[in-house]
Amino acid sequence: MILDLKKLKLRSVNEKLQNIDRKKNKRDFIISNPEGNHAICAGLTENIDVTIKGHVGYYCAGMNQNANIIVDGNVGTGVAENMMSGKVHVKGNASQSAGATAHGGILIIDGDASSRCGISMKGIDIIVKGSVGHMSAFMAQSGNLVVCGDAGEALGDSLYETDIYVKGKVKSLGADCEEKKMSKKHKTKLKELLKKAGSNIKPEQFKRYGSARKLYNFNIDNVSNY
Amino acid sequence: MCGIVGIYLKSKKFEKSLGGMLSKMLVSMESRGPDSAGFAIYNSDKNKIYKYSICLNGMSFEKFKKEIKNKVKITNIEKNSDHVILKSIEKPNKIIPILEDFSTISLVGYGKSIEIFKQVGSPSKIVKKFNLDNFSGTHAIGHTRMATESAITTDGSHPYSTGEDECLVHNGSLSNHNNLRRKLKKNGSKFSSDNDTEVAAGYISDSLKKRNLKQTLNKGLNELDGFYTFIAGTHSGFAVLRDEIACKPAVIAETKDYVAISSEFQAMAHLPNVNNAKIFEPEPGIVYSWEK
Repeated sequence: MILDLKKLKLRSVNEKLQNIDRKKNKRDFIISNPEGNHAICAGLTENIDVTIKGHVGYYCAGMNQNANIIVDGNVGTGVAENMMSGKVHVKGNASQSAGATAHGGILIIDGDASSRCGISMKGIDIIVKGSVGHMSAFMAQSGNLVVCGDAGEALGDSLYETDIYVKGKVKSLGADCEEKKMSKKHKTKLKELLKKAGSNIKPEQFKRYGSARKLYNFNIDNVSNY
Repeated sequence: MCGIVGIYLKSKKFEKSLGGMLSKMLVSMESRGPDSAGFAIYNSDKNKIYKYSICLNGMSFEKFKKEIKNKVKITNIEKNSDHVILKSIEKPNKIIPILEDFSTISLVGYGKSIEIFKQVGSPSKIVKKFNLDNFSGTHAIGHTRMATESAITTDGSHPYSTGEDECLVHNGSLSNHNNLRRKLKKNGSKFSSDNDTEVAAGYISDSLKKRNLKQTLNKGLNELDGFYTFIAGTHSGFAVLRDEIACKPAVIAETKDYVAISSEFQAMAHLPNVNNAKIFEPEPGIVYSWEK
């Protein structure tokens, strides 16, 4: 079913997708002419497939649950922010704060993501086939961030328990983020994530970064790092 | 918040439709800046005539025309809503003091190619008021303002022009503008408002006396404190700069015919062939410039 945003109002398109009638069994949707609109496909809850043909604005697929959303273009700030489950696949580049605060599901970005990718992520898996900008995985709590390109400044600043895997160069690590040993368990997990994103890069080519766990509780010796 | 937009034409193909292209961009950035709007459009006449963009601020056009004609040689004078474009072969150092003697009007820009129009009101009203759709040119810059640090007035609207054929639009706010204003005033710069962006424009004009636009903006990275995305225009093109933290958005679309920049992609969605353009975000702390 094609939903043309040149003819339909954004709100009516979102309402339709948010209120799917399970009995009618329509599960495939195409959104055409998104023209950079904000909040397209925000708040979906059903297991449906939506393909957006073109570039979108802010908060695309925000709060997603169960839906499988493909963006055939670039996305603005906060794609899949606060996603709970489901899958979001961006074929172009993403702006800042991709996957911010998301609790679950998987976000795949074929191009680059700019600054603050995975900020405060809480369980989502993010795979970026290009590079990420500065302050990525800032205060990230759980889940995995996989970067096949390079990472910008202050990667993983004030990190909790997210695993970060980077294949390329890391410009600098943030406070309390350090390189970690890549164990068999991590390689298996990384391989599985790369497979989900359709990438056949070998896990051995990545380095793993995680929390040094020194900033969890207040310690006067670390005052300059807070 | 604020919205900023700009188009630089690489070929002559869209020169006649430049105003129409910019107009749609401004209107789609209304949600980011409903308080006031303005634009600077460059159209080189390739002669020695200067164009002075003047806001009448309530003075009657007939009265102004009569009075100015007694004081300077005028090639042409044309009214556009509450603005006037005055053309003259007289040099700025002669005309500006004369214009400053008028207590009501304000000079919003001058140069051999620039024309500036800005006013309080929603972007959709402003573009209609000045008939932006009918303008042609080589490059143009626009701004929609959501006022944060100074009042909603014509003086507080962008673009700011503090030098010949120069202009600046800004999304963000500066924290060291008072200190910088004092320093620049000591060196002879003049300011007409309390606005932070006007200080940045003054800083750029001052620096351009010794450097080119790219060098100026690189130097500005160390001296302008705050958060910003700037588009700075000169007679030959424009440059874009985001601060190093990059809080304020910007997206660029480049095709073989034009370069467009805006705060959000939706402002460019109507541009010709934009879906085949190279689309990217300017990286923080890097100066991007396009010049003829």
